[in-house]
Parts: sequence; structure tokens; C-alpha cells
Amino acid sequence: MTDPHAVTDQIRAILKEHAHLTMDVTALGDDADLYLAGMTSHASVSLMLALENQFNVEFPDRMLRRQSFESVAAIRRCLAELLVSDG
Amino acid sequence: MSALVLAASRIGAEAAGPAAAAVDREARFPHEAFAALRKERLLSCFVPAALGGQGCSLEELSEICTALGQHCTNTAMIFAMHQIQVACLVRHSGQSAALAQALRDLCERQLLVASATTETGIGGDVRTSSCAVERRGERFALTKSAPVISYAEHCDAILVTARRAPESAPSDQVAVLVRKSDCTLERISTWDTLGMRGTCSLGFKLTAEGPLEHVLPVPYAEISAQTMLPVAHLVWSSLWLGLATSAVHRARAFVRGEARKKPGTTVPGALRLAEVMATLQTMRASVHDAVRAYAERYERPDELSTIAFTLRMNNLKVSCTQLAVQLVHQALLVCGLSGYRNDSPFSLNRHLRDSFGAVLMISNDRILHANANFLQVYKDD
Repeated sequence: MTDPHAVTDQIRAILKEHAHLTMDVTALGDDADLYLAGMTSHASVSLMLALENQFNVEFPDRMLRRQSFESVAAIRRCLAELLVSDG
Repeated sequence: MSALVLAASRIGAEAAGPAAAAVDREARFPHEAFAALRKERLLSCFVPAALGGQGCSLEELSEICTALGQHCTNTAMIFAMHQIQVACLVRHSGQSAALAQALRDLCERQLLVASATTETGIGGDVRTSSCAVERRGERFALTKSAPVISYAEHCDAILVTARRAPESAPSDQVAVLVRKSDCTLERISTWDTLGMRGTCSLGFKLTAEGPLEHVLPVPYAEISAQTMLPVAHLVWSSLWLGLATSAVHRARAFVRGEARKKPGTTVPGALRLAEVMATLQTMRASVHDAVRAYAERYERPDELSTIAFTLRMNNLKVSCTQLAVQLVHQALLVCGLSGYRNDSPFSLNRHLRDSFGAVLMISNDRILHANANFLQVYKDD
């Protein structure tokens, strides 16, 4: 069973390195809009790749949409879905 | 065929077509075509009937662009770009009474809307802005240096993108409806190009002021993904289909003419014409498939913000522009010297020159880079 706090910390670390936000990620709440914080479409793909690599998952095409990556909470929800199904 | 499409065909044949050579030669706005389009109220064809428009379907819109594209690419392109702005206003005005009134005005007076999405120093990346909207009480102020604003001097309003506020990130953008009466345009570059000469795509420094209610209430990111990009790729591909159809039409007429002169012999270009027809059929099917795909998802914004759908619309633009260039070139090979001559009924002068613009605006390489980026995660599952 994956610790949600650990997952959130890892998500934030990946955001800091790959999302190229124009704001400090520690200043963003879990529901803050990452696109308004400066994440571009290009950066969102880097984010997806880093998440897939870190958590050893593959986002199915149905998850490859804007809403899936719009906030820390949204990313956590997608990962939760994939990590549960991985057992 | 719908009445609107028939009207567009007639306008193409009677108003746009006859003036097309002069529009190209003089690099001027196609006044004749737009007088006719306004008379038939085609500028408001995509606005819902509730606001005074004809509420045409996406299929009809596509066919109108194809019909116009067969007679004058400049007319078709200006019409197409206008419809992109209309589509954005129709879908993304929210509850704004001011924007609803703007659409009613558009229908009543057949107003023409232009687009200023690119910015000096940023190039063709329309999802990045430097300029920002400044709020001053109930009004906005905005200054933008735009390398290209097509038909700006002939429009009634311009949909301009900018950062939401001076402190906003570069990709945190909004779209603002700027009336001509609310702005000044200072020319900063010319438009003397190989083709698409009548689009009058000069560059301008735009200085605008207006009511805050003219800032569309939806983030430009959503407008772009759900409407501006898919509609743009659809209407552009439709008009390039029209251009290709016209070129192939000339090639067919040439072959028939040669065949009649010497019945029983094989015209040299006949085999190539057969190949060309197969390719044209592919292009046509491609456009119709994409129109259907967008129409199916039109009421489901979630489906439109996916990598899958973005890839599909990007692919349409890239492949149709390449096919248009290829088909016009092949038509020239069929027509031979008759197509190469400017003073021949089979001349493909403007077709050739206009077709090369298709792959450059927006650059296919830019689109392919975006697609390549997506393909790092897209599985096509």
C-alpha cells in the first residue's frame, strides 16, 4: 500500500525538476492550477515521462488529457488508479 | 447540397473567381467576394440562429471553405480565419452579455473578425505571450507587436491573445475581442509574398482599449485546444482541398480536351491523372473524417483536451497541406506546358504559388515537433 504523503512529495519533487513552473512549487497547494503556474504543454509531457519513470507506470491514452495533470491532487488521483491496479 | 454551400459556390464562381487574378497581382483584399459573402450573410453562417446567424453545421462550414477555395484561395483563407474567430466567440463567451451582443452585431452588420495570435520576438508559438492585459477599472488596455495580422486593415474587430495580467506566466493567456474603433494599428511590416498575396497579412503594432467584458471569460488554453486549433486545421484543410480540386479539375479538362482531338490514342498525362484522382479522393476522405471526428466530440470538451484529439487535428493539417502541394504539382505535370503558361485556360500559376503557403502557415515543422513531443507518451491504445 503506497503512502499518499510519500507519493505527494515525489510528485512535487518531479514538478520542481520537470514542469518548469514560474512559481515555487512549495507555494502551490495540492489543488492549485499548474498551467496557471507556468506549465506549458511541452513541459507537461516531460512531467508525464518523469512520472512514468519514477512510479514505473504507463499512463493509458484516456489519461493523456489536460485535466489529468492540472494539479498535484489530479496527478495523485491518476497515479492512485494505476498503482492500485498494479497490486 | 445545402443552400449555404450552393451560395458559396455561386459566390466563388461569380465574384471571387473572376477577381482572383487581380487580387493576387495587386496583393489586395478581395472586396468583390466579401461584398457578395456579406450580401448572402455568409459571414455569420456559424453563429447560432438564436443570435441571428444561420447556425450551420461543421460539415457545411467545411464545404463552404472548399467551395470558395476552388475559386480564390485568398477569399477562402480570409473567410476561414474569420470563422475560426467566430467559432471561438460562439463557444467561449460564457454568460457575457457584451460578447453575446457583439455576436448579434456581427450577424446584423456582417462584421469581419481578424486574429492576432503571434507576437514579435516569440515567433509562431501561439501559446506563449509577452504582452499582457492591463486592467484599469472597468476597462482594459493592451499593446501588442504582431508580426502578422491578416486583413487587419479590412476587418471590423480583432481577437487578440495576451497574458492574463502583467504578473501572469507566459502561457497563462486570455483572448480579447478588440473592435477596430477601440484600437490603433501602426504598420510594422509589409506583405509581398510568393502566394496568398490577397490575405494582406501585414504586421502591426496594435494599441487597444476597451470594456473588460470584451476579455473572453475562459482561459485561452481551453479556447485553443477546444476550438481555435481544431477549427483552424479543419477550415484550412478544407480550403486546401478546394485548391487541389481546382487544380485537378484543370488537369482533367486538359486531358479530356486532348483526348477529343485524337480519339483512340492515349493522352500522355492520362495515367498520371488517374493517380492524381486516387490521391484527391484520399485528401477528401481525410477532411471529411476529421470534420466528423470533431463534430462527434464538439459537445464534450473533455474529449477535445486530449493528446489523442490534438494529434489527430495536427495530422490533418500536416497531411492535407503536403497533399495540396503534391496534387498541384502533379496537375502541372498532367497539363504540361499549357499549365506552365500564364495566359492559358489551364494555368496553374496561382495554384502553385498559393499551395506553398499552406505548409508554412503555421509551419508544418512546428506542428511535427509538437506531435513528436506527444508521441513520447502517446500509446495509440
